[in-house]
Amino acid sequence: MIEIQNLSKRFDQFTAVDNLSFTVKEGEVLGFLGPNGAGKSTTMKVITGFLAPSEGTVTIDGFDITESPIEAKSLIGYLPEGAPSYGDMTTLEFLKFIADVRGFKGEEAAVKVQRALDEVALNSVAHQTIDTLSKGFKRRVGLAQAIMHDPKVLILDEPTDGLDPNQKHHVRELIKNLAKDKIVVISTHILEEVSAVCTRAVIIAEGRIVADGTPAELEAKSRYHQAVSVRFTEQYDFSADLAGVPGVGSIEQDGEDALRFTVLAENAESIFSKVSEIAQKNSWPVDEFHVNRGQLEDLFRTVTQSGQEENNHG
Amino acid sequence: MGSIGIIFKRELMGYFATPLAYIFIVIFLIANGIFTFELGGFFLRGQADLLPFFGFHPWLYLFMVPAIAMSLWADERKTGTIELLITLPIKLSDAVIGKFLAAWVLTGIALALTFPIWITVNYLGDPDNGVIFAAYIGSWLMAGGFLSIGSCMSACTKNSVIAFILTVSICFIFVIMGSPILLNSFPGWLPQFLVDAFSAMGFLTHFDSISKGVLDIRDMLFFTVFIGAWLTASAIVIEIKKAN
Repeated sequence: MIEIQNLSKRFDQFTAVDNLSFTVKEGEVLGFLGPNGAGKSTTMKVITGFLAPSEGTVTIDGFDITESPIEAKSLIGYLPEGAPSYGDMTTLEFLKFIADVRGFKGEEAAVKVQRALDEVALNSVAHQTIDTLSKGFKRRVGLAQAIMHDPKVLILDEPTDGLDPNQKHHVRELIKNLAKDKIVVISTHILEEVSAVCTRAVIIAEGRIVADGTPAELEAKSRYHQAVSVRFTEQYDFSADLAGVPGVGSIEQDGEDALRFTVLAENAESIFSKVSEIAQKNSWPVDEFHVNRGQLEDLFRTVTQSGQEENNHG
Repeated sequence: MGSIGIIFKRELMGYFATPLAYIFIVIFLIANGIFTFELGGFFLRGQADLLPFFGFHPWLYLFMVPAIAMSLWADERKTGTIELLITLPIKLSDAVIGKFLAAWVLTGIALALTFPIWITVNYLGDPDNGVIFAAYIGSWLMAGGFLSIGSCMSACTKNSVIAFILTVSICFIFVIMGSPILLNSFPGWLPQFLVDAFSAMGFLTHFDSISKGVLDIRDMLFFTVFIGAWLTASAIVIEIKKAN
């Protein structure tokens, strides 16, 4: 279990993380979201013991990261932002070095290195110098070193950044398969990724938590939750038909497709059956008709833009 | 193998994975040859010792050692691997020592490869091999002193060229500290103990006696403490600067 209590991190005058508290339990895959400069990477750097907190505590399975750093760090696998690795080594040499540091010896080390190579499909470049690898391969080298010791806690800072769609899919599958009894924290600004792999999402802005819940719960908070999308085959004015129907809020026209409309629901009530009845009664020339689960993207924008305008400190 | 050993192995392998180690060794050997035989008048002196060889070492190290030391930490910070290194379950002090030892062993290898000159002087005459051995140890210790300064300067910046210039400058100060030219230029009203203390910090003061075969425990202690102090400073600087 990761326990973060009243964590703050300041750089001179700038507060990157502001009194953050949350816990992550076994089996959870936590998606850590936020605009650039919100404090995602800084929080991860404090959790993994790279930066010391200005205030507050981080404990990993009971080990305080500042008081028992070696014990805490040995439970963590970490992919830092940009997946840094020693470019002058080959993939294999680098992973052997990590195995050494993690305390594996002889046969066991060889097995761990081979398993890491297999899991992220790196065998083809095992003997290539890391500097000569493509961005996608470099990221996989970073992932391989993070998962090598089968860590209880896996912290991945933008694990799919720079990967092609196939590789992204592969990494997401990998994370899902890992997650059974582990804690995974991933930071990302790809919102589809959160719905795809995370069991919980935390959105932070300006170093503070602004939303926390399962992806479905967060979607439910979106303006578009329970909204009904309609696409007509021809121009049709349906606002009169819907006037005065309880639960139906405003109607939005799509910016790109003039025939596509979204009927917003008031108070997150289900309005689908009501709207569908009216549509049948009035024989709307409908092409598409479906209910929205809500948009994470919309909630993300709402909660992260409420404060000041973004600043660019990483 | 402890963490120091693991870091040491990786760093030393790193030197030999690139042309750096080979270039360093070759240039070190060529420069030594030129200094000893051309400038040092090795043959003209008609004496079977290696004083002209060792006499140039402080000046040779002044430029060669910072070239190795400059990337010790600057590159880690520039490429971001410092984040990987520090979040691995090892102590920062182990990383500092492991990296230092790898660079020190590289200078040791270069120094050891000057052995033909030792053989030559034995072939030509009958030198005091004890003195020569002591001088080798002293020279290596002095290289360690230069390196420890370099380690700290490299931790101060992401730019290895800046680290190089800073290291050369500070090493130069420590080399000339004990030289008579500098000491004579001190105003007379300065208390003698200050002048002595200043002179005692100079590399030449300690290296001169070692290179003459006097392997004094105080000179060895000086270099050991000197290295320890600069490595401690390195760890402190890394702790402060790692975030930016």
